[in-house]
Amino acid sequence: MSTQKKTHVSTTINGEPCEFLCEPQQILSDVLRTNLNMTGTKEGCTTGDCGACSVILDGALVCSCLVLAVEAENRSIETIEGIAEDGKLHPIQQKLLEHAALQCGICTPGVVIASKVLLEKNPDPSEEQVRYWLAGNLCRCTGYDKIIRAVLDAGAVMRGEARS
Amino acid sequence: MNQQVKPVKTDFKYVGTRPIRPDGPDKVTGRAKYGADLNLPGMLFGHIVRSPHAHARIKSIDFTEALKLPGVLATMCADDLPDPGDRILPGAEIEMKLKDISPIIMARDKVLFHAQAVAAVAATSASLAAEAAKLVRVEYEVLPHVLDVHAAMRDDAPLLHNDMFTQGMNPPPTTPSNLSVDFTMDMGDLAAGFAEADVVVERTYRVPMCHQGYIEPHAAVARTDGNGRVEIWCCTQGHFMVRSMTAEITGIELGKIKVIASEIGGGFGGKTTVYGEPVAAVLALKSGRPVKIVMSREEVFRATGPVSSAETRVRIGAKNDGTITAIETDILMESGAYSSSPIMPSTMFAAACYRCANMRSRGREVLTNKAKVWAYRAPGAPQSIMAVECAINEVAERLGMDPIDLRLKNAVEEGDVPLFGLPFLAIGLKKALQEAKNHPHYRAPLQANQGRGVAAAFWINAGMQSSATINVAADGSLHVLTGNPDIGGSRASMALLAAEVLGIPVETVHPSVVDTDSVGYCDTTGGSRTTLATGGAVIQAAEMLVAELCKRAAAIWNVNFDDVEWSDGKAIARIGADLENLMEGTAAAASAPKVLTLAELAAMAGATGGPLCAVATLHAHNAQPAFAVNICDAAVDRETGKVDILRYTCIQDAGKAVHPAYVEGQMQGGAVQGIGWALNEEYIYNEKGELDNAGFLDYRIPVASDLPMIDTVIVEVPNPLHPFGIRGVGEVPICPPMPAVVTAVNQAAGVRVCDLPLTPPKLLAAIDAA
Amino acid sequence: MPSVQYEAPTSLAQAAQSLHGSSDAKILAGGTDLLVQMKLGIRQPALIVDIKHIPELMELTLGDRGLHLGAAVPGAIVSAHAKVGNMYPGLVEAFALIGSSQIQGRCSAGGNLCNASPAADSVPALMVNRASCNIVGPKGTRTVAVEHFNTGPGKNCLENGEILVSMDIPLPAPRSSDAYLRFIPRTEMDIAVAGAAVALSLDASGVCTAAIVAIGAVAPTALLVPAAAVALIGTTLDDAALHKAAAAASAASSPISDKRGTAEYRRKVVGVLVRRAAAIAKARIEAKV
Repeated sequence: MSTQKKTHVSTTINGEPCEFLCEPQQILSDVLRTNLNMTGTKEGCTTGDCGACSVILDGALVCSCLVLAVEAENRSIETIEGIAEDGKLHPIQQKLLEHAALQCGICTPGVVIASKVLLEKNPDPSEEQVRYWLAGNLCRCTGYDKIIRAVLDAGAVMRGEARS
Repeated sequence: MNQQVKPVKTDFKYVGTRPIRPDGPDKVTGRAKYGADLNLPGMLFGHIVRSPHAHARIKSIDFTEALKLPGVLATMCADDLPDPGDRILPGAEIEMKLKDISPIIMARDKVLFHAQAVAAVAATSASLAAEAAKLVRVEYEVLPHVLDVHAAMRDDAPLLHNDMFTQGMNPPPTTPSNLSVDFTMDMGDLAAGFAEADVVVERTYRVPMCHQGYIEPHAAVARTDGNGRVEIWCCTQGHFMVRSMTAEITGIELGKIKVIASEIGGGFGGKTTVYGEPVAAVLALKSGRPVKIVMSREEVFRATGPVSSAETRVRIGAKNDGTITAIETDILMESGAYSSSPIMPSTMFAAACYRCANMRSRGREVLTNKAKVWAYRAPGAPQSIMAVECAINEVAERLGMDPIDLRLKNAVEEGDVPLFGLPFLAIGLKKALQEAKNHPHYRAPLQANQGRGVAAAFWINAGMQSSATINVAADGSLHVLTGNPDIGGSRASMALLAAEVLGIPVETVHPSVVDTDSVGYCDTTGGSRTTLATGGAVIQAAEMLVAELCKRAAAIWNVNFDDVEWSDGKAIARIGADLENLMEGTAAAASAPKVLTLAELAAMAGATGGPLCAVATLHAHNAQPAFAVNICDAAVDRETGKVDILRYTCIQDAGKAVHPAYVEGQMQGGAVQGIGWALNEEYIYNEKGELDNAGFLDYRIPVASDLPMIDTVIVEVPNPLHPFGIRGVGEVPICPPMPAVVTAVNQAAGVRVCDLPLTPPKLLAAIDAA
Repeated sequence: MPSVQYEAPTSLAQAAQSLHGSSDAKILAGGTDLLVQMKLGIRQPALIVDIKHIPELMELTLGDRGLHLGAAVPGAIVSAHAKVGNMYPGLVEAFALIGSSQIQGRCSAGGNLCNASPAADSVPALMVNRASCNIVGPKGTRTVAVEHFNTGPGKNCLENGEILVSMDIPLPAPRSSDAYLRFIPRTEMDIAVAGAAVALSLDASGVCTAAIVAIGAVAPTALLVPAAAVALIGTTLDDAALHKAAAAASAASSPISDKRGTAEYRRKVVGVLVRRAAAIAKARIEAKV
């Protein structure tokens, strides 16, 4: 085991080229967190049930715990660390703060990532659509109310209908 | 420090506003560091070896094969820990014997539940450590186990502890048993109370074992300095608690341990104890390398938390006019493998909402071969309040009375004496009930197959010990240091409290949660105590700072201290005849400005007596109870038993809501946890004593699409003992949801299911039988 | 830990070679089952063969002969295809029910089938849409009707070295539609306690001329229920016919009791789902004409 050869992976993370060595069975969330020290992506279950490890893989929302790191070869990954641009928070991040939509904050990076994919796909979702889209992002603190409001509000900002 | 009785402040400038929390940007960008987010050079990964049996004697533990793997650098088991003897553990939320907690860290002689920790290894990678753990050979002598509280009380039941004699019995029993506690509290004449009643309702309700369900698994990193000092980084509700518990469990001198609290990804009571922290410390000492231990989700479910199940028989008598004449509760609470259940609060607070002359409450704690239970939000109260509130609703039904009117008629108010202690001071139950009654939700029409449930609840709230340090930087910004992990926005509250006292914009106040070396002792974040007690320390420190600032200004102006007042972030020399006369003719008076801002005073600090810093410590005895009322509308699909929560409203007395958005958040989060417990959450054990649903797939906490918006109404009846009127708000929100949901669902379905959770199969069977 | 190899062949031939070289290989498509099983220690393959770089596995075309669906196409791609959704609404709703939005980004039609869970959401819907499975292996290619693909819980008909490449789903007849419903205790994130798919054709007067009914999570594999179909054919899908179909589905089921539901409950609810799915399929046809 300890002598197992590691695999070299070339990928793109948050728009920047990135190379790493990993064990073939290592999951992407583990490599992001342990090998690359990008700990913004959280691990709550590593079985795809909580959504805390959500990342965007070639445009698709995925749980990074259900992706092998070696699968990242020649692909593009977006993580929570890449969502704020030039030090300016994304409207989703800003609205989560304004609505006090996080308590402990462990689910928040996953919520930001999942909501971003939703609002890019569907700029004007209904409350029900937001709730179903985020069903895979478990939050134990908030009862979801303020998260849902924040995402709906962020959508309005992104559509230019509300102030950021 | 003594607590002055001052008039409660009611005019606020910053308290009651909703600024963005200071730690917010780090948390929405992924910069915030949680328990598992620390990686150190040369770090090893620890892995716990767990029992495959629910009850067994440990005959031997052999690490030989594990140590043969290159990269396996340290191992440990209970032999590496001191014998706990009969020592009482300091610092725990509930008084606890060390022998009831040390075996959770590493089992000694026997394992008493499946997945109990028996050994640990540390290796150079997580996968290697997992592999090495499989090679640790543990020999067991398997013993019969018991999983049911009633079976556990039988004479022929397998005995978990041969030194467990029931407490609370008079005379004390002479033979050991699995019944650890049996006590009764009485008030008035119960028989006379029931004799007076026109209506008597009697039911037995069961609430299942559940889990706190925090999303962040327990994680710790320990490192040593090669000279016996140990530093522990971990996600916890109380790093001072981690320090004392680790010292007690491992025998490492307390003074040599420093604990740094990471950000915490939820706890709800479940992180008011230790699991991997002492293990990481011992492995770090043995290997000389940093050691990280992160639990898997499966380990979290199998071996941490869970929450006591309870069976509560309730009997309530009332007159035709709605006067409650007698309340009896008898609670049988499951504690898992060691005594640690919240049977005391469960027994004491079951009917605390009601004024009733004749009450009796009996509490029994029973041990079974399941994971040792631990605290969950208002520990013990939801289980017994569940039964009492459902019975109150049934009394209302039998009397043909509105359930809120029945409660208003019997609700406790100032001066009433509860079963458990001193008379209530000003409390907000009646106000909350009135708000519920007036809420549009309560009058909204219901359709077919829909029901509405109402419930009220009480929680005691804790005070305990806290400290705060405030440093003033040269630009007049404030740095507020406390020792309570921020589990739901408490930094924002600390900043608001300091800003209020100093009269400066909240954005110039920078709160931090600092390590055990850097601030005075703080009890754990729990018991809804942080805003009240740690916030109280912040208020005191800020007031001390104001006094010091006025002193400095007085010196600069060469006036009396009493002639300087602090207002809106500034020292102001009073303008008055006496003052003018006093100052006239002095050089200082001629040149001194009449106003000095905090920033100006801060800039001059070096020349006026040195750095500006205030430290306050206190033992808060001013906690006052919280009350909450919930309204729930539910629909039931009569063909599948599926429940839909249609509308939900929470009303709660917050005393004073320091940051109202985070108070609402506590109300909403607690409501949804209670909804989950009522409908779907439960521990399912197989006959071998293994948890059958140790993951978020089958331990079903509510997801976003299960819920409507959760409306909130904050009532503010100030706590007369707190300078700002603050009560705790975090725990009472989980107390009313179960009875509100159960009443709504039973009404919608036209059944009376008393055995929670109200799963679709259970409901459908009841509907079909009706 | 035995060392794990990872290969990502770009052709079926290469994949065959990879599989041939290892006695303990597992195919990786979306990974939403395999990686969980590896995490929980249920599977420890020596070789993981990632098939997502093989073009045939990633095809999705809708033509005159119906839907041709590569086995590794993720659910989110199927759902995003508006024409497929119009043509096979029940099939697409079944795919869309496999896990969360995150799972949808990865889970594949082929994986949901090959994993052979009795509760797989897409399988009853594939059955009522008469899907056929295209398999390539050392002995050449073969086609298997979807209802014969799985042989028991966790077991399918694939032999050593065989790969499920794609599925073909014929175009529905005119005046036809389908629906899939499942029961879970929450609204999302659960495994089906029971599932039912119904495909119907109606004539101009509203009489059912063809019906296929399949049920899931109530037997070792998803099942076709011909008796339920018979109960619907020739009727106007009135209450009596729907209840008869429901009873037939309940009778055909042989569920177990487990942590997700009791046998008695599953038997009853699967009938309810059949009845409701049939009503939805009927409404969909009526909405089209």
